[in-house]
Amino acid sequence: MEKPIFLESGIQVEPLYTKSDVNSEIENELPGKYPFTRGIHPLMYRKSPFTIRQYAGFATPEETNERFHFLLKNGQSGLNVAFDLPTQCGLDSDDPRAFGEIGRVGMTIDTLEDFEIAFKNIDLNKITVSMTINGSAIVLIAMYIALAEKWNYDIKNLRGTAQNDILKEFIGRGTWIFPVPQSVKLVIDTIEYCAKNIPKYSPVSVCGYHIRESGANPIQEMAYAFCIAKAYTDGALQRGIDIDEFASRLSFNFDIYGNLFEQIAKFRGGRRLWAKIIREEYHAKNDNSCWMRMIAGGGGGGLTKEQPENNIIRSAYYALISALSGTQTMALCSYDEAYTIPTEKAAEISLRTMQILIHEMGICDTVDPLGGSYYIESLTDTFEKEIKQEMKKVAQWGGIINAVATGKIQESVSKQAYIREIAIQRGEVDKVGLNIYTKQEETKSVDFHPYNEEAANKQINKLKAIKQKRNNAQVAELLKVVKNDAQNNLNLMPSIIAAVKEYATVGEIIQVLKDVYGEYKEPIFF
Amino acid sequence: MKILLSKPGLDGHDVGVKVLAHALKDAGFEIVYTGLRKSPEEIVKMAIDNKVDVIGLSILSGTHTIITQKVKDVMTANKLQIPWIVGGNIPAQDVEPLMKLGPNAVFATGTKIDDVVSYFKELKEKIINKQ
Repeated sequence: MEKPIFLESGIQVEPLYTKSDVNSEIENELPGKYPFTRGIHPLMYRKSPFTIRQYAGFATPEETNERFHFLLKNGQSGLNVAFDLPTQCGLDSDDPRAFGEIGRVGMTIDTLEDFEIAFKNIDLNKITVSMTINGSAIVLIAMYIALAEKWNYDIKNLRGTAQNDILKEFIGRGTWIFPVPQSVKLVIDTIEYCAKNIPKYSPVSVCGYHIRESGANPIQEMAYAFCIAKAYTDGALQRGIDIDEFASRLSFNFDIYGNLFEQIAKFRGGRRLWAKIIREEYHAKNDNSCWMRMIAGGGGGGLTKEQPENNIIRSAYYALISALSGTQTMALCSYDEAYTIPTEKAAEISLRTMQILIHEMGICDTVDPLGGSYYIESLTDTFEKEIKQEMKKVAQWGGIINAVATGKIQESVSKQAYIREIAIQRGEVDKVGLNIYTKQEETKSVDFHPYNEEAANKQINKLKAIKQKRNNAQVAELLKVVKNDAQNNLNLMPSIIAAVKEYATVGEIIQVLKDVYGEYKEPIFF
Repeated sequence: MKILLSKPGLDGHDVGVKVLAHALKDAGFEIVYTGLRKSPEEIVKMAIDNKVDVIGLSILSGTHTIITQKVKDVMTANKLQIPWIVGGNIPAQDVEPLMKLGPNAVFATGTKIDDVVSYFKELKEKIINKQ
């Protein structure tokens, strides 16, 4: 008897698929039409290819500003901004816990002054800023709005996105600050404020990506992300926001490594299921509210430190997966990302990988080229069903907020990471260069980014100067308002915007909220 | 043997440390895990309070040299003399300079789980023989 083959998700693969394995529904489905299995637009890449958006960290506001000017000169308008860990965790540069981390993985922001430097001489109406910020997102979003108001822009026209998906931070990535319910409350505050004041701003991007990188299988990645997206949707609706208003600003961030067919089916099945959820459960009226818009990229979990050049090949396949899945935006991990912050050369190869796909492979010529494949369609149906099933499990755990607060999700994900890792290390799951076709490698010296202590000290001095220059009595008064609003369970956006305008620091505001909400206590399950 | 696995610094990469915790637990060790973002002071206090036999540091943000030095200082200040181990995303060229700071072992990027488990088993033997 032949050995059965299972996908990472546990789905069994048959040696052959025929028409009888496919739900006949697909024959009547069209791209750009509900439930959007085949893509959210009728013409997809034929009209315009997926957007390439690489993630990049620039250590200082000054460098970020230079980069913006460079991009604008070259006809680009978007920038993905990474922040350093102190900023992400709500600590100021002069906090002892920030030592050694200032500017290391992204830009440092202490006060509005840093934003004023980062966006100097930039027309805010001409750019879209994408901020990878979560735990302290409410302060950073408030700061961007404060900047625009100070510079007399009509904030109604501001465009941009914030990652701001705190629930996934508890599962992977780890920049949580407050207990789970209060953390979600802050996300809903930003959603409510943006919906009412900056309608073109996307305040949340729900990330299955980090959940998968933490060990979740492809079914869980989609299921947990959908549960999280529903939690934010529920919160928004409770504040009186219309489903069509909110859902049309929502987007997802997913991972692409693993079995090629499994990933493609994951996205197609997920897209169909999400559309059904938004229409059938939330009764959205507009078709585009039902779109599962996504950035599908990264793939870091599939890369290896061993024979790192092989990662260039892996990433090219991942890019293909992403394109065949109908992504809106793509970003790739660089081949050296398994062991260091990407070098410029590695980042350029990633960029070229995506460009070759667009310009040489005919990937944009026709929509959903795999649509109608018996295997893909059968797997797509299975994924839709399995993701739905996994979401039911979360409901049995008391819903996503409870399942995250009690560590249920984290436990299941980390257990799976262990099983997978052991399987790879024992050779039960093949990984080229790691457990098969290995070779003795010379220990290479890694080009590591040194810590820029001088820049860090400059940032600390800048913060000191501002604390002397600003009206400290007024700052104290405005922080009190933030505290009162937090105690009275009001939307905190207005008071935080007012406080940052007077140069209250990220750390000061987060501390005030810690005083009211307390801090998250990580459930430990060993 | 009781092992404290810790995450010093601000980095949130905890997949590796949790995988290792599972593996060591399966191999019969008692594991105490600190959770994310602990200061050297908090880690040393947890080690003392829990009476652990070994401390493991997991660092993936590139701050390993700074953090290892700090942990060493805090251990010395608290007169804590137990074996300690550094792992995470440690480039091979940093292993030697890190070893000079005094940990019993440094596990560079790409170290196999089974090798780490074997190391702890040998360490356990040594500790038992000493007693």
